[in-house]
Amino acid sequence: MSDTELAFVRSEEIPPAPPPASEAGAVKWMRENLFAGWFNTLLTILAIYIIGRFVVFAFPWFWNGVWDAGSIKECRDILSAAGKTTGACFAVLVDRWDHLLFGFKYPAEGYWRPTLAFIMLIFAAAPALFAQYVPRKFLIFTGLYPFIAFWLVWGGSLWVPLCILAAILATAYIFRVVENLDVGARGVLAGIVGAAAGLGLAFLLFQGATELWFISNSVGAGGALGTLASLLFKAASIFMFVFFIPMGIFVGYAIYNDAEDGGLVTVVTALFAIYVMLAYLLSPVSGALNAIIPIELQAVPSRDMGGYMLCLILGTVCVSLSIPLGIVLALGRQSNMPLIKGVCVVFIEFVRGVPLITLLFVANVMLAYFMPPQSNFDLILRVIIMITMFSAAYIAEVIRGGLAALPKGQYEAADSLGLNYTQSIRLIILPQALKISIPGIVNVAVGLFKDTTLVSVISMFDIVGMIRGPIQQSTDWISIYWEVYLFAAMVFFVVCYSISQYSQWLERQLATDHK
Amino acid sequence: MKKSVFLGALTVAGIAAGAAAAGTLDDVKARGKLNCGVTTGVPGFAEPDANGVWQGFDVAVCRAVAAAVLSDPEAVEFVPTTGKTRFTALASGEIDMLARNTTWTFSRDVDLKFEFTGVNYYDGQGFMVPKELGVTSAKELDGATVCIQTGTTTELNLADFFRANNISYEPVPIETGAEAVQQYNAGACDVYTTDASALAAQRANFEDPSAHVILPEIVSKEPLGPLVRHGDNEWADIVRWTLNALVTAEELGVTSVNLAELGGGSDNPEVNRLLGTEGDLGAMLGLDKEWAKRAIGVAGNYGEVFEKNIGESTPIGLARGLNAQWTDGGLIYSPPFR
Repeated sequence: MSDTELAFVRSEEIPPAPPPASEAGAVKWMRENLFAGWFNTLLTILAIYIIGRFVVFAFPWFWNGVWDAGSIKECRDILSAAGKTTGACFAVLVDRWDHLLFGFKYPAEGYWRPTLAFIMLIFAAAPALFAQYVPRKFLIFTGLYPFIAFWLVWGGSLWVPLCILAAILATAYIFRVVENLDVGARGVLAGIVGAAAGLGLAFLLFQGATELWFISNSVGAGGALGTLASLLFKAASIFMFVFFIPMGIFVGYAIYNDAEDGGLVTVVTALFAIYVMLAYLLSPVSGALNAIIPIELQAVPSRDMGGYMLCLILGTVCVSLSIPLGIVLALGRQSNMPLIKGVCVVFIEFVRGVPLITLLFVANVMLAYFMPPQSNFDLILRVIIMITMFSAAYIAEVIRGGLAALPKGQYEAADSLGLNYTQSIRLIILPQALKISIPGIVNVAVGLFKDTTLVSVISMFDIVGMIRGPIQQSTDWISIYWEVYLFAAMVFFVVCYSISQYSQWLERQLATDHK
Repeated sequence: MKKSVFLGALTVAGIAAGAAAAGTLDDVKARGKLNCGVTTGVPGFAEPDANGVWQGFDVAVCRAVAAAVLSDPEAVEFVPTTGKTRFTALASGEIDMLARNTTWTFSRDVDLKFEFTGVNYYDGQGFMVPKELGVTSAKELDGATVCIQTGTTTELNLADFFRANNISYEPVPIETGAEAVQQYNAGACDVYTTDASALAAQRANFEDPSAHVILPEIVSKEPLGPLVRHGDNEWADIVRWTLNALVTAEELGVTSVNLAELGGGSDNPEVNRLLGTEGDLGAMLGLDKEWAKRAIGVAGNYGEVFEKNIGESTPIGLARGLNAQWTDGGLIYSPPFR
């Protein structure tokens, strides 16, 4: 028995040693990401230098910022009294905070109204945006939201939006009733509606022709261009004079003729009903109701809207209107019916071929010429129509891309299941096409939201209009620059970045990996 | 030119459509509000204050007309217009009058079919340079870079001036006044040129106003005044004589302080005619006797309005200069009230 010790035998496993310092943690990360090779090292040093320069330059400006002053002069005095050479005048944001958000004419005691409307917007949008997590019942609130928001922001009598809502519901009811009428009754109705529509159309065309004739006379003032324009207007006018009666008869007869199938007569009756209700019944009925039970907020006219609120109003309304309109246009462009296809193609190509700013000028300036001087066609409404048209054309093209990307088999499969056009579009085609189109639609929506600042050129005071006009041109804050534009950039960034994050989340949710 | 003919023709269409309605005076009375076009903001001339109430030299003209016609200086709907939308807004009838730093020129008066009803401020284009350049006259600006707002008459005046003096310059086109100041202070241009009143207002708010000089040359005439549409002379008369009433009041020494006292009758027959205690000038305009008294009562006479909004005690700090009464060597002159 040797008491010689055995050579060393390891009885347990050694614990794994930590990697060498140069291969772990921050050092490794830096070595791999910042200093991999001389070129990357050079770039890193350059970037650090530039960032450093920027921070050294900008940080004191932020840090020394004055938040409490009454004018740019006072602000500079405060800075120089403190012995500082650079500093921001954030006091302008404090002083004109309300103006930046709501415009300078919105009544101050009513600021809670658009704020509340905005908070409710989040809840109203949730059932549509996060359909998996919010019960479908809440969609009722989403449907009611436009009326609530309209009342909150514009004020006036609560009965006006309520009556509009009632008119829409009544129209839907009439639509149902007419759809379910038996053929005989529908024939009678089609006769009446067809006659009325034919007469109405003929009358409108006659009016249009007279108007065109009037314009043609005033345009031909002089010069070759004037004569040409005058002749064009005259030709259009004569064309309408010749055709207003045949067109009326044709349309009236088409509606009557359609009685058996019933699609056309249903739609036209519904349109008639809502027109009559909104044009003739709305103001007396809502006025009478308001006289009995007055529920009123202080009314705010459209031209008093401004600030970031105006951007949000325009952005929200135009995006939510232009998506359905864009879908309709995209489907119309694919239609087999030449008239519908033609109208959609001409509309899309015309609107896409024209800059938005031109459309805005038309809304603001040109329309005023073609309407009687006392007519009061709301400016915001005109702008909303123009922006909606514009973005609908772009969204239509994005969705057309989505439709084109679907394999033909999808359409054929829908047909072979015996689905009709509406069903196949709604159940098979659109869900897939829209999924493909999401990034494009969001792109258009973000662009549209930022384009709302263009209304500042037609003297509406959105946030940029407020900055460029009443703030930079005021005696107190004359020519203040970086502070206000940085603020505008910040509020736009918050919204636009949220939209794009949402769209990425939605893409992940909808990913079926049918790549 | 073709374009202006076309626009002019459209203007005619607008006027013809407007002529079918009643006269502007009746429209304004029926509406109970005067629609007055102003700028979206020019310091001292028209700007909404922190409470959103419009203030300024041009705004005072609107309020005076409203007081004369509607007896209420607050009965004005101020319609902000940009340089691009102002003329169509007036021609289409959206506004009843335009009081918006608009230069009275031949083509605007004749071709665009407007009626300038007087001049409430005589402006002219000037130059501002940093003092350290050591320039004392605009004629020494050979080869300078010049910040200039695009699409304005200042751009054309500048070209004329430099060509006439046979010197060269390099323009730096700028969109707004605030941007121009930013560029000028950052050294992107040696010279900043625009209306002298705007230069003074901008310079007053520089970090160091004394480091910049406004050169003595004024290279253009910019008579600014209110205007109305062609074709309604009664309305044009009202606007013209309301402005004249403010000017005459200063000449005759009628101020907001002694207005009530003089309104009871005085020894000066012209004061009496102006304030309606003698004669019946108001009825000739289609207004009552005290129209001018109310117009002056809003903010005082021309001189008081000037001092309050753009005078030497304000941050704008403009001297009367050309805008002094003719009796003090200026150009402000009203035809007599007789």
